[in-house]
Amino acid sequence: MALNILCCVKRVPMTGGRIVLTADEQAIETRHLGFTISPHEECGVEEAVRLIEANGGSSTVLALGPAEAEEQLRDCMALGIDRAIHLVAGDEFDGQATARAIVEAIEAERAAGTEYDIVFFGNESADAGGFQVGIRVAHALGRPCVTGVKAVALEDGGLRLEQEVPGGRDVYRVTLPAVVTVKEGLNLPRYPSVPGRLRAKKKPLEARTPERGSQGVEKVRLVVPADEGSQTEVLGRGPEAAPAVVELLERIGVAG
Amino acid sequence: MSTLPGSARAVVIGAGIVGNSMAHHLWRQGWSDLVLLDKGPFPNPGGSTGHASNFIFPVDHSKEMTALTLESVRQYKDLGVFTESGGIEVARTEERMQELQRRMSSAASWGVEPVSMVTPAEIKELVPFIDESVIIGGFYSPGVGVVDSLRAGTIMRERAQEAGALTVSPLTEVLGIDVERGRVRRVRTTRGDIEAEVVVIACGVWSPRIARMAGATIPLTPAVHQMIDVGPVPHFAESKSHIEYPIVRDMDTNMYERQDGSGLEIGSYAHRAILHDPDEIPSIEQASLSPTELPFTQADFDPQMEDALELMPEIVGDESVGVKYAINGLLSLTPDGLPLLGETPEVKGLWSCAAVWVKEGPGIGAAVAEWMTHGESEIDLHSSDIARFWDHQKTRAHVRARAAEGFNKTYGVVHPGEQWASDRDVRLPPFHARERELGAVFFEAAGWERPHWYESNSALLDAYGDRVTRREAEWDSRWWSPIINAEHLAMRDRAGMVDLSAFAIFDIAGPGALHAVQGVSVRQMDVPIGRVVYTPILSPGGGFKADLTIMRLGEELFRVVTGGAHGAADKKWFTDHLPADGTAQLSDVTTGWTTLGLWGPRARDVLASVTSDDVSHEGFRFASCRDIEIDTLRVLASRISYVGDLGWELYVPMEQGARLWDILWEAGRAHGVVPVGIGVYGTTGRLEKCYRAYGFELETEYNVVEAGMSGPKVKDEDFVGRDAHMRHREEDPAAILCTLTVDDHTSQSGAKRYMLGREPIQTRAGGPLVDAKGRRSYVTSAGAGPSIGKHILMAYLPPEQAVVGTELSVLYLGERYPVTVDIAGPTPIFDPENTRIRS
Repeated sequence: MALNILCCVKRVPMTGGRIVLTADEQAIETRHLGFTISPHEECGVEEAVRLIEANGGSSTVLALGPAEAEEQLRDCMALGIDRAIHLVAGDEFDGQATARAIVEAIEAERAAGTEYDIVFFGNESADAGGFQVGIRVAHALGRPCVTGVKAVALEDGGLRLEQEVPGGRDVYRVTLPAVVTVKEGLNLPRYPSVPGRLRAKKKPLEARTPERGSQGVEKVRLVVPADEGSQTEVLGRGPEAAPAVVELLERIGVAG
Repeated sequence: MSTLPGSARAVVIGAGIVGNSMAHHLWRQGWSDLVLLDKGPFPNPGGSTGHASNFIFPVDHSKEMTALTLESVRQYKDLGVFTESGGIEVARTEERMQELQRRMSSAASWGVEPVSMVTPAEIKELVPFIDESVIIGGFYSPGVGVVDSLRAGTIMRERAQEAGALTVSPLTEVLGIDVERGRVRRVRTTRGDIEAEVVVIACGVWSPRIARMAGATIPLTPAVHQMIDVGPVPHFAESKSHIEYPIVRDMDTNMYERQDGSGLEIGSYAHRAILHDPDEIPSIEQASLSPTELPFTQADFDPQMEDALELMPEIVGDESVGVKYAINGLLSLTPDGLPLLGETPEVKGLWSCAAVWVKEGPGIGAAVAEWMTHGESEIDLHSSDIARFWDHQKTRAHVRARAAEGFNKTYGVVHPGEQWASDRDVRLPPFHARERELGAVFFEAAGWERPHWYESNSALLDAYGDRVTRREAEWDSRWWSPIINAEHLAMRDRAGMVDLSAFAIFDIAGPGALHAVQGVSVRQMDVPIGRVVYTPILSPGGGFKADLTIMRLGEELFRVVTGGAHGAADKKWFTDHLPADGTAQLSDVTTGWTTLGLWGPRARDVLASVTSDDVSHEGFRFASCRDIEIDTLRVLASRISYVGDLGWELYVPMEQGARLWDILWEAGRAHGVVPVGIGVYGTTGRLEKCYRAYGFELETEYNVVEAGMSGPKVKDEDFVGRDAHMRHREEDPAAILCTLTVDDHTSQSGAKRYMLGREPIQTRAGGPLVDAKGRRSYVTSAGAGPSIGKHILMAYLPPEQAVVGTELSVLYLGERYPVTVDIAGPTPIFDPENTRIRS
C-alpha cells in the first residue's frame, strides 16, 4: 500500500564540546556550532524513506524554526524525503504552541488533499527535551500514538511498533493514521549521497508563517551543570597494553 | 608529563607539523634546552595539521616554495611516512593547458623530474574512475604523494626528546610573552613561566594572537578550506593501501579529488573566501570536532559537488556512496600567499614560523633552524621573510582583503605580472594626480602606486613604427604594453622622467655610522662626502642579501636607498647590524623623501635650464651627489643610473614633489621629455645594461663572483660575508651570469612568442643545464631590448656554456626557441663602454 508520511524535525545546535550559554542565559551560544536534527529524528527520517522505498507513496518533512532551518529540511530531502514544509518562526515556540502550529499545518494539508498515514516525531527534541509535541499533536488530531519506538513494521494495513521500556520491549499494533515518536537505534540512518544532495536543492519546499498564539510555559533560564571534568587513565605502553585495551573495549561493548 | 623547566634556550609554541619540525631541526643544528608546548593534546593538538589533506604536489612556479617542498618530501621519505601515489593536474580549458605547459617549464627550471603532459586517454588509464570526456589533458607528476603529517611530527619530536635536547608539554596554554628592552624574555604559560633566549611561534592560525602578546604582528588570517569525504567507494574495496590512484587536481574548478582508504576526499578552493579571526576560533573544549574543523556550510559547497560529479560520476554519482565527513577546515592565508618566516622585526629573539602548509613543513623547519643558527639558510627564504611587510600590509583589513582575493587563485592561472585588485591606492606619490592625467597604468610596489607605462605616450608607437615590437599572443602581452618599448626609445633619444617614490630610504647617522655601513657593505664606504656607492650586501655565506646604493651625505651621515619591495627586510638587516653601543642610529625617511629620475641624452639640458648650479659633466661627476637649487626647491641630486643613460635621481621632501614634477615637466617640453614607467626602469632599460636585480638575479644562492659583480680588490675592513667572499674569489665560479638573446621567436603556430622569465635554459636539443652545485639554468629576468632590437634573457650558465656565441634554447609554454649567449659576465649589451652614462 502506498503511504503518505510526515516527519517532524527540529533544527538544533550540534554540540560536542563544552556548552556555553549566551549572556542572557536564554540559549546556547551557537557561534561556533553547526546545526542538525536530533538522532531520534534522523531515525524517523530514515524510517520514512525506507517505508516509501518499500511501499511507494510520498514523504514530507516539516520543521518549525528560523529561516536557517531550511538547511535541515534540505538535509532530510537529500536522504530521500520528497518535499518539505517550513513553518518559519523567528520566536521560540513552547511545546503547546509548536503542536498547535503543526496541527494547523497538517489540517491545511488535509484541506489541500494530503492525508498523512503516519506522522513521525523524535521521542524528544535534542535541545528542549519536552517529550510532548508528538503526543499533543496526536491528541489534537484524535489519533493513536506510541512513544519511544525502536521498531516499525507495516502489517495488515496498520503498524507493528516496538516500544522500549525498562527491561524489555512492549509490542503494539496501531491502526492508521497514527502518530509515532521514535528513538535512536530504530535503524541506522544513511549518509546523504552527492546526487541526493543535488536533488534536494531542487525539491519543493513550502514556507508558511504560523501565529504563535498564547504560551503557557515561560523559560526562565538555562543552567549548565558544573564541569565534572574528565579523567584520563593510561592503560599502558606498547604491546603490553593490549590486554587492557581489549578488556576496555569489551566492557564498553564495542568488541568481544 | 614532565616538569616544565624554568628556563630554556628556545621555546617552540605549537606542536603541529611546523613546531615539531622546528624543535627537531633546532636539535639537529646542535641546540639543546628546547621546550615544545601546545595547548592541545599530543599527537593531534587540534590545529590545521590534524585535518590536513596531506598530499604534496612538488611543482610550483615559485623557486623558493618548490625547493622547500622537495626538501620536505626528502624528509618525509626518510621518516617513512611518504606514500607515492602520483598526481595529475587536469585541464578543462585551453588556457589551462597552456598553464600546464608553464608547469612543465617550472619543473624543468627547478629540476623536478619526471613530469609529463598526458592525454585524456592516458589519464583514464591512470585514474579509471574519471570521465575523461570533460578534460582535454593533464600534467602528470609521478612523484606526488601523501604523507602522514601527524606521524612525521611525532617522530621528529620524539627523536629530539630521546636525545635529551627537548622537553615537551602538551595541554599547556600560553598566557603571555614578556619582552624586555626589545628582546623576548620569557613565556608565561598555564604550567608556569619559562625564561627563554628565543621563542618560535609555530602555531598556525593562532600565531597572530600569540605574536600580539609580545607586541609583534604575524599577518595571516585563518580561512576556510572545505572538504568532504565520500564512501565507501566500491572501486576502492580491493585497495591494499590507503592510496593507490593518482591524486587529481581539477584545476579549472579549483578542486581536488583523492582516494583515502575506502573513501574519496574532495576538497575545494572554489567557494567564497570565508575568513575567521584568530581570537574567535573555538577552544578545544568548545569545539565539536577540533578547533580548526568548523561546521560545514553546505551551500558554499553545492556548486563544487556538481563539478566533482561531472569529473568522477562513477564514484560521486553512486547513490550508495555517502558524504560521511564534511568540514570547513581552517588554514592560514597571508597577504601574498607566502609563508611568514624569520625573526619578527618588532621583537628580537621572537621568530615566526607560520602560514606553512604540510607540503613544506619539514623543509621550512630545517631552513628556519639553519637561519636561527647560522644567520642564513641553504634555501633562500627571502620571499617568505616576515620582515618583508610594511606597516599597512600588516593591518587586519589588508591581510583579509588580499587573503580573500588570493584564496580563489590557489589553483588559479596567475600571470607573472598579475596585479592585486584589492586595497590599492594606499601609498600615493605627490606626482600621482599628474600621472593619472597622463593615463598612467599603475602597478603596485610595496603599496605604492607606480606608473608602469603611460597611455599618453601611445603616439610614440606611430613615431617608432617597427622599432617597437608588438606581441600577438594574449598571454605574452597581458600586463604589458608596447608603449613601454616606445617610452624606452624616447628616453634613449631624448629624456624621460621616472617616478621612483617607491624607494625605501633610511639614514644611518652618528659617530658609528661609517662603521655600521662599512660592516654590511662589500664596497668601500669610507668615501668623500658627496659620493654615491652601489654595493652588494651579503649574507654570512657570501650570497646576496641585497644590492643598493648608499650616499655619504656627511662625516657621520649615510643615506641608504633600496627598492621598496624588499626595503622593509633591508631595513631590518641594517637595523640588526647597527653597533651595539648605540653610536649609530637608523631612521626610516622613506615617507619623508620622494624621488624623480631624469635620464636620457637631454637630461642635462633639462636640468641645467632649471638650476643655476653646475651640472656639467666635469662639475657634477658620475657617482656623486649633492644639493642643488631648482627654483625655490632644495633638491638632493644623485648622478647615477639604473637605465644606462645620463641623468640624475632627484630627491625632494615629499610635499614638494609635485612642484618638482611641474618644473621639470615644463622645462622638459622643449627637449621632448616623456614620462617613463617602471616597465622601462625595471626591465627594458635595466636588461639592456645587464643590471642585476635583487630577487631575480641576486639571491643568497648565488655569490658575487657568479653574478659578475666582484670588484678588482676587496677592501681591508671587515663586512658580513667577507670570508666567504674571499673564498669565492679564489674558486672557479660554478655558474656565470650571462645575457642571452632570442634568435627566433616563431612558434609552431607561426605566432611570435616572448618569454616572461623563469623558463629553463636548455641545450639546443632540450637537455638540462646543471652547474657543479646542482643548480639548473633558468631565465632570471626576461624583457625587450628595444634599442638593440632583441628580446633579452638573463641566466646563470655553467662555465662551459657561459661563452659568447654558445647556442642554447629556452622552453616556453611547451616549445623550444633558439637563444644565443651574447654576454658572459657583467658587460652591458647596450652601450658596453658606458659612454652615455659618463657623458
